[in-house]
This record gives sequence, structure tokens and C-alpha cells, in this order.
Amino acid sequence: CRISSDGKPATFQPPPKPVIIDKQKQGEERRFLSPEFIPPRGRTDPLKFYIERKDMIQRRKVFNIPEFYVGSILAVTTANPYASEKASRFVGICIQRGGKGLGATFVLRNVIEDQGVEICYELYSPRIQAIEVLKLEKRLDDNLMYLRDALPEYSTFDVNMKPVSHLEHEEIPVNKLQVRMKPKPWSKRWERPKYNIKGIKFELPEEKMKEAQKWSKPWLEFDMLREYDTSKIEEKIWKEVNEELKK
Amino acid sequence: RGLLRRSVSHSFLSFASTTGACRAIQKLTRVRVVDNSALGNTSYHRPPKCIHVYNKTGVGKVGDTILLAIKGEKKKALIVGHKMPGPNMTPRFDSNNVVLIEDNGNPIGTRIKTPIPYILRQREGEFSKVLAIARNFV
Repeated sequence: CRISSDGKPATFQPPPKPVIIDKQKQGEERRFLSPEFIPPRGRTDPLKFYIERKDMIQRRKVFNIPEFYVGSILAVTTANPYASEKASRFVGICIQRGGKGLGATFVLRNVIEDQGVEICYELYSPRIQAIEVLKLEKRLDDNLMYLRDALPEYSTFDVNMKPVSHLEHEEIPVNKLQVRMKPKPWSKRWERPKYNIKGIKFELPEEKMKEAQKWSKPWLEFDMLREYDTSKIEEKIWKEVNEELKK
Repeated sequence: RGLLRRSVSHSFLSFASTTGACRAIQKLTRVRVVDNSALGNTSYHRPPKCIHVYNKTGVGKVGDTILLAIKGEKKKALIVGHKMPGPNMTPRFDSNNVVLIEDNGNPIGTRIKTPIPYILRQREGEFSKVLAIARNFV
């Protein structure tokens, strides 16, 4: 042991603790409230939504439902009495998230052996055993139903793909992919402004695009009766859900 | 001669309703044969069409038998997937898929590459031979 300048043996001084400045947590924490928590606009008693939210939080405490958006690639294992090992796994891109409350659903699409398959899963169904997010990303649209009329390469995802790691504090990447379509006829007329799709590379002639604009309704964005501002409701529900989940 | 035929709507026809697109399999739907049988895979100038559904309602869902008209012959077939969305958690396919079958339930082909829904396993007794030749399940 070292002798200090006085000549007496120095008492052990532990080294100063290193101060870890977690730069990741310093950034603003991203708030994500799953869209099925936000109640739809209507005249129903808020008590009904409160009771439903309690049940949803109860389910989330037991089973982890990760954050995902339309356009992220998920792998879902469900309990199936007719499957081998009693569980079946399906990998696909989320094309739509619908429903509110406990009946919230999401549709996964994939192309297996040149056959397009879509499965609509209920988020809060007890049959679901695991939901993994293989790739968390957003797309330019909220609804990717046009993938049914797009070339099959845009809906094929490897069943055994490895999960792509995503850091906590980073922004969710937006995939600005413009999808190429099969030749017309399509299941819906996606070029019309009603669908407001940004994620298709329309290779239609100019006259067709101009003709589609005939169905535009430019007055809709100024319609005040259609406005539904959810920011305050979201704040309240976010606080409520977070408190319950921390218990 | 030379007179244009005008469509006259009489008052007694005003109650006639038109059903919307069915999207499950009924009479005259064109189907896609997914097994590797010769009858299903050789090309013909007309696509295989359903001419009868063995069901109380004329609408065929997954697991129903139908009568198919292929290459000028009548053949029974089993529906293994359709474009119509079914109950939640069940798969919805992008084409109406069908497997050719004999009268006693034996499949004609030897392999099915396209995915088959797990729900068919419920009726293992009737479809055991079809499920045996299926490779992928969804």
C-alpha cells in the first residue's frame, strides 16, 4: 500500500464513481399512444371507453404489445389447435390498423409461394402468443391496401428474416418507397384524390391523372364539422395509461 | 328492323335487386387450380369455372366441394382459399384456390405448393388425403 506524504498509511479512498451521461435519455422521450386507445367521435358515454381502456391495460400488463405502424414488418405467433406444435407463425407487413378499443385489428400481408395471403389479427385476442416487430418503420400512407394491386415483389418478405434493431430514442424511419403497380384494372381507383395515396409511382398518362382530379373535393379540408382534434384527449389518455402500466 | 331496342323499366320490375359481388365461390366463378395435376395445369382456351356448389346456399367457402368445368369435363373440387375475408385470424387469399378431387375424396394431383389454411385440419377425416399432399400451411 502507498504511503502518503505524511508517512502514515493512507486510508483507502475509493475512486470517484464515473458519471454516465446517457445522451439517449436526454433527448425528449418519444410518446406513442396506440391508435385504438383514442375514442371515436360520438355521443357515447366516456365510461364505456374508460372500462374498455382498463381491460386493454390489463391485457397489456400480461402480454407485451409493441409499438408498430402501418408499414412495419411483424411476426405473429398464434395458438392454433390444428397446427403442429399448437402454434402458427406468420410474418407480414402491416397494411391496415382498424377498430377501436378491444376490437382493434391489424392486417398483415405476405406473398408465400406466389400466393398473396392476408390475415386480419385482433390485437387483444387471447389466442395471440407473441408479436415481434422485425422492422419498425412507417410508410408514406396510413393504408397500404394498394399493395394488392402492386407488383408482388413489394409484398414479399422473408419468413425467416432477422429482426432489424431499432434504437429507443431515434425517430421512426419513414420509408419513402414509391411502389410500381400491375397494369389496370385495380381493385380500387387508387389514382383518385379520395384515397390521397403518396406511395405509388403512377405510370399513367397525363390525361388519366387529370381526369382523376375531376373527383377531387377541395372543400373537404376546410370543413369545420369534420374536424376532430385529439391532442387533448390523447394527453389525458397517455397520462392515464402510463400511470396504470407503471403500477 | 332498324328499330333500336329500348330497355323498358316496368313498375313491377322496380323491386328487382342486384346482389353485390360475392367474392366467395359460386356458380360461374373462375377458379385457380393449385395442385400439380395434369388436368389443372394444361392450358385451355377457357378458364376452369364453377358450375355447382354442394351447399344449401349456393356460396362456397373454404372446405366446401364444388363441381368444376375444366377442359370440357366435369370434375369435383375442394375450395382451399377464396378472396372473400372470413372470420378474423383466418387467411384471405388473393385468388380463389381449388384442389381437384375424385368423387370419393381422393385428390388427383400429388403435391400442393400454395399455402392451405389450418382450418381444413378440423375436418381431418374427409380431407386427410388432401392435407397429406399439402406442403405449406398458413
